[in-house]
Amino acid sequence: MPNIKELEDLTTQVRRDILRMVHKVNSGHPGGSLGCAEFFVSIYKEIMERNEGFDMDGIGEDLFFLSNGHISPIYYSVLARSGYFPVEELNTFRLINSRLQGHPTTHEGLPGIRIASGSLGQGMSVALGAAQAKKLNNDDHLVYSLHGDGELQEGQNWEAIMYASAKKVDNLISTIDLNQQQIDGSTDDVLPMGSLRAKFEAFGWTVLDIEKGNDIEAVLKGMKEAKSLTGKGKPVCVLLHTVMGNGVDFMMHTHAWHGKAPNDEQLAIGLEQNVETLGDY
Amino acid sequence: MKTYTYTEKKDTRSGFGAGLAELGRTNPNVVALCADLIGSLKMNEFIDENPERFYQIGIAEANMMGIAAGLTIGGKIPFTGTFANFSTGRVYDQIRQSIAYSGKNVKICASHAGLTLGEDGATHQILEDIGLMKMLPGMVVINPCDYNQTKAATIAIADYDGPVYLRFGRPSVPIFTPADQKFEIGKAIQLTEGTDVTIVATGHLVWEALEASKALHEAGISAEVINIHTIKPLDDKAIIESVSKTGCIVTAEEHNHLGGLGESVARVLAQHKPTPQEFVATNDTFGESGTPAQLMDKYGLNSDAIQNAVKKVLKRK
Repeated sequence: MPNIKELEDLTTQVRRDILRMVHKVNSGHPGGSLGCAEFFVSIYKEIMERNEGFDMDGIGEDLFFLSNGHISPIYYSVLARSGYFPVEELNTFRLINSRLQGHPTTHEGLPGIRIASGSLGQGMSVALGAAQAKKLNNDDHLVYSLHGDGELQEGQNWEAIMYASAKKVDNLISTIDLNQQQIDGSTDDVLPMGSLRAKFEAFGWTVLDIEKGNDIEAVLKGMKEAKSLTGKGKPVCVLLHTVMGNGVDFMMHTHAWHGKAPNDEQLAIGLEQNVETLGDY
Repeated sequence: MKTYTYTEKKDTRSGFGAGLAELGRTNPNVVALCADLIGSLKMNEFIDENPERFYQIGIAEANMMGIAAGLTIGGKIPFTGTFANFSTGRVYDQIRQSIAYSGKNVKICASHAGLTLGEDGATHQILEDIGLMKMLPGMVVINPCDYNQTKAATIAIADYDGPVYLRFGRPSVPIFTPADQKFEIGKAIQLTEGTDVTIVATGHLVWEALEASKALHEAGISAEVINIHTIKPLDDKAIIESVSKTGCIVTAEEHNHLGGLGESVARVLAQHKPTPQEFVATNDTFGESGTPAQLMDKYGLNSDAIQNAVKKVLKRK
C-alpha cells in the first residue's frame, strides 16, 4: 500500500519547486503544472514500472510522454525527485546552457525525456509509435501520455485518436488534463469541445473519469483502474478533472496563471500555502 | 570523354521499393509506414514479406511522422512513405519537433518530387522540399539519380543513425549507375572529367547533365559532370576542387532555385572560391499539369537548358 502522507508531502514539495522555478526566471507555466502535480507524483511514484537509470529505448519498462510540454516545471520537478537528475539542477530551469529548456527536449540529453514537446498536438502520435514498438518487441509494458484539454483542438490528435482504436493499441493510457482553461480563457469560451467522453467513445476508446484529479488517493485509484483496462483491445483514455493552479489559492479557477510567473510577494504567499516538506532544492 | 549509356529505364521510386524489400530481409529493425500510397511508393514487396513490420497509417501524414518518431523509441528504424509534398510541407512542424529536434532515427522517404509528377499539377509538384528539409538542423538530404542509386541509397541510410530525407520520383529514367556501386552519404561522384566547366546535378537532372556534356563535347566544350546525390551534408571539397580546374559552374536540379542545391553550392563557393555560377532550376514558381517531358522543357530543366546555362557561364569566366 502506498504511503499517502509521503505522496502528499512530495506533492506539496513539487508545488514549491514549480513556484520557485518559474519565479526565478520570471517565465514559465505554473497553472497547468500545479494542476497536474498529483498526477505526476502518482504515476512516477506508484503507477509506472520504471527501470533504474535512463535508457532512451525503455525496453522492459513503462514509458511516459508529455504532449503539452509547457508544463515542464512539474515534469522536471518530479523527474528530479524520482532520481533522473540532481534536484539542484532545477535551479537552472530556462537559463542559458541548461538541460532544463523552457519546453522539454531530448536535445540537451536530460535523462527522463524521450521526445521534444511544446508545439502542441504531437505527443499522442509519438506515444502510439512507442506503444507499437513495445508490441513489436513483445514488451508487455505500458505507454502513458498526458495532454492538455485545450490541446485537443489540434487536429493531429484526432488522427491519432482514430488510429489508436483502429489498430487496437491497447497498451496506451492517454490522460487528458481536463482543467477547462487555455491561454485566452476557458475552453468553452475559446472553442467548446462538447463531451470529450462521447468523442473518445465514438472513436472507439475506453474512457475513464477521475473526478477528483487533485486528490492523490482518487488519482491512484483511477490510474490503477485504467491499468486494469489495458490489454483488452482498446486504447484507454483518462479524463482527469483538475483545477488549474491547484494548491495556490489565487492561481486557482482561472486561466490567468497559464503562463505567468508570480512576483516576490505572490511567491511568498504561494510558499506559505505549501510548507516545505522534503527540502527545497 | 567517358560516355554513359543505358539499356533500361525505370522509376527511382521502384529503386526505393527494391531497397526497402532488401532491408526487410537483412535488417530486422527496419519498419515501414505509409499514408495510403503503398502502390505509388512501391512498398508491396516489403509489406508482403514483413506484414508485422508495416504500419498503414491512412491519410494522416502528421500522425505518421509522430508514430515514426515513437517507433524509434524501442530501437526500430522507421521508413515513412508518401509523396514529397506530403512528406515535407504538410508535416513540417511534426518533422521539426518530433524528429529533427528530438534527434530521431527516422527515414522520410518521399516520392513524386518535382515537376515530373506530371499531370496531377502544382498541388502535388513540390519544388521547395529540398530547401525545407536542408534547413532543419541535423537533417540529411539525399536525392539520387536513377533506380540503382535510389536502391543503394535506401539501403545505406538504414545504417546511418539520424534523420534522413530521401527524395525520389515518379517517371522512368535511364539506369546508368552500376548496380553494385556503394552509396556513401555526402560523397559526390564525378561522372566525367572536364576542363572548361563544372556541372553539378542532382536527381533526374544528372542524366540530363550527361546528355548535355555529350552535346557540349561535340561543340568543343569540355564539361566535368558531378553527381551530387547528397545535398546535405554537401561534398564541399569535390565542388571546390572541380571549379579550381574549370573556373565556372552550372548547378542543375528539379527544384526552386531558392533553397535548392544551387544555393548550397553558391554558399560554399562564395565562402571558399568565388566562381561564376548559373542555375538550372525553377524560377520561384509553381508547376502545372502536363507530361513530365513537356514540363521539364517549359520550365527549363533538361539537357538543352543545361547547355544554354553552360554557354552563358563560360562567357562570365
